[in-house]
Amino acid sequence: MEHLEFDYDGTGEKPARALALAGVVGSGNLEVLIEAADLGGRCAAVVDTSVRGFGETWRQVLADFFARHGLSDVRVSINDGGATPAVVSLRLDQAAAEIKDAQA
Amino acid sequence: MLETAKTARVWDTLERSYRARIERGAAFADGKTVRRDEIVSFLEAVIEPGDRVCIEGNNQKHADFLASSLAKTSTDAIRDLHIVQSNIALPPHLDVFERGTARRLDFCYAGPQGLRMARLVGEGKIEVGAIHTYLELYSRYFCDLTPHVSFVAADAADADGNLYTGPNTEDTPAIVEATAFKSGVLIAQVNRLVDKVPRVDVPGDWVSFVVEAPKPHYIEPIFTRDPAVITEVQVLMAMMVIRGIYEKYGVTRLNHGIGFDTAAIELILPTYAQDLGLKGKICQYMSVNPCPTLIPAIESGFVESIHCAGSETRHGGLYGGALRRVLHRPRRHDALEPHLLSARRPLFRSLIGSTLQIDLEGNSSTATLSRITGFGGAPNFGSESRARRHGSEAWLKAGREQRLSGEMPRGRKLVVQIVETFGDGMSPTFVERLDAWELQKTFDMPLPPVMVYGDDLTHLVTEEGIANLLLCDTMEEREQAIRGVAGYTPVGMKRDREMVARLREKGAVQYADDLGVDKRFATRDLLAARSIKDLVAWSGGLYDPPSRFRNW
Repeated sequence: MEHLEFDYDGTGEKPARALALAGVVGSGNLEVLIEAADLGGRCAAVVDTSVRGFGETWRQVLADFFARHGLSDVRVSINDGGATPAVVSLRLDQAAAEIKDAQA
Repeated sequence: MLETAKTARVWDTLERSYRARIERGAAFADGKTVRRDEIVSFLEAVIEPGDRVCIEGNNQKHADFLASSLAKTSTDAIRDLHIVQSNIALPPHLDVFERGTARRLDFCYAGPQGLRMARLVGEGKIEVGAIHTYLELYSRYFCDLTPHVSFVAADAADADGNLYTGPNTEDTPAIVEATAFKSGVLIAQVNRLVDKVPRVDVPGDWVSFVVEAPKPHYIEPIFTRDPAVITEVQVLMAMMVIRGIYEKYGVTRLNHGIGFDTAAIELILPTYAQDLGLKGKICQYMSVNPCPTLIPAIESGFVESIHCAGSETRHGGLYGGALRRVLHRPRRHDALEPHLLSARRPLFRSLIGSTLQIDLEGNSSTATLSRITGFGGAPNFGSESRARRHGSEAWLKAGREQRLSGEMPRGRKLVVQIVETFGDGMSPTFVERLDAWELQKTFDMPLPPVMVYGDDLTHLVTEEGIANLLLCDTMEEREQAIRGVAGYTPVGMKRDREMVARLREKGAVQYADDLGVDKRFATRDLLAARSIKDLVAWSGGLYDPPSRFRNW
């Protein structure tokens, strides 16, 4: 297991909803929880992954994610079972679409 | 003086050789029918050392009884054969090299035997002439690689040697004609000997001998893809293909590869594409192998017609199920046509398929350092055929995007590769340099084994998005468009972010948002069938899956 923590500048609005969840923990899969949090406009991410040594990839995937969605004041918590960056980005995008959607 | 220097040339050597072989073989046959338990002695009688021999072993249908009999012949009688065969799939195909019966090999594809093949080449037991494309090898059968002896497989034969190939014709006609028309010995293994064949697919006077095999010829179920293992990332890529390529260009006539990526596309035609109102506008006419994952698209009427070169096990996955059914439905009477020669492979419009490695020019290869696999039909489908022209929307639109210099308008075939940025075991699909270069050296080949050349490729689809190479004006733009969809591979991490942003503005790089793809729908719920059992249900119980895919 590896525990990683990241912190990014916020770039957009606060989310419409309190939280959103995507995916399940499993081999090659992951669980993503996004919550609204009072972080003074910043964004935070906490990753627990079964695969060691991919810290730089996580940093980049999450940086691109926050830049892509223009979020602020959110905390992302990830429980990862060895997902590829493709699956990670898909889950993040699914959760982000959910938390930004006031109608849902 | 001229007259004395002139040597008498014999003009009927082939004919004499043929007659001598037939005479020797006749000792082990009743008429044209070889006595099965004397098959090994028979082969030793008709085959001569150094002969070119073709063993039918294409994608699926295999003359397996004759192949294993050849591997039992004495090397005193038969040695140093030159095997000219499209597909190396079964152990006996390589046993003949291991034991010295054969030495030289010209072939197209060696999927399941790729590792052993690499070893035998390394040990000097196989001299590889070339890894050909199908069209190249079949053409050469008629030119300089004509077999002296060919083995083919058929469903049934009569006493005159007339053959019925059943639903599976594949490459049989090319082998038969090349051999029979140049005085070669054609030997057919058949599942059954009958008084009258249901239909004459190969006339008996082209066939030298037949033998009834102890069991029906082997068929490899290589086209069956279990929907249960299709991932959500594959669903996402399929959505992007439908919006960014099929809808955009109005692609109605096309070929699909046989991987899970294209299976996912097939399975969301009746759901996602139908909801987008695309029924009747895309994917109406397909030239594909008989992939069972097409059943929902056929049954729902999304796909109008299908041309197949081969069949799948149990009389053809699709055939066993959908064909009979479809034939009884007048509106779709032409949905499956089992009699297609491989020679029609170049006729089709757009290709979409997968690969293992792609470099920065867009060249792709499935040959990696430890395996020699070859490429199947991909090089023929996956290339711009410059002799062709037609007025389809897809062809003209792609041509306009390419913006060639000069005034004359010209179309362009769409050639699409669909890959995830990381393959098995987190190995990156995108590489700075293909393993093919190293392989060329290791195996002393004239060219690196490239499957689809970069300049034939028009689009590259990954889970990140689509790179439209037609809109790239320079090699530098092409490289950055490829890096732009290469995700978090080392190749993708080295992208020039500003340039990729500019390419995105002009549409050369498109991500899911740009394509109107909502990732929330990228789940397995979008698949019209989520298991083999679902496919059986779609077919109304007529699809009879290969046993290894049945788990109920």
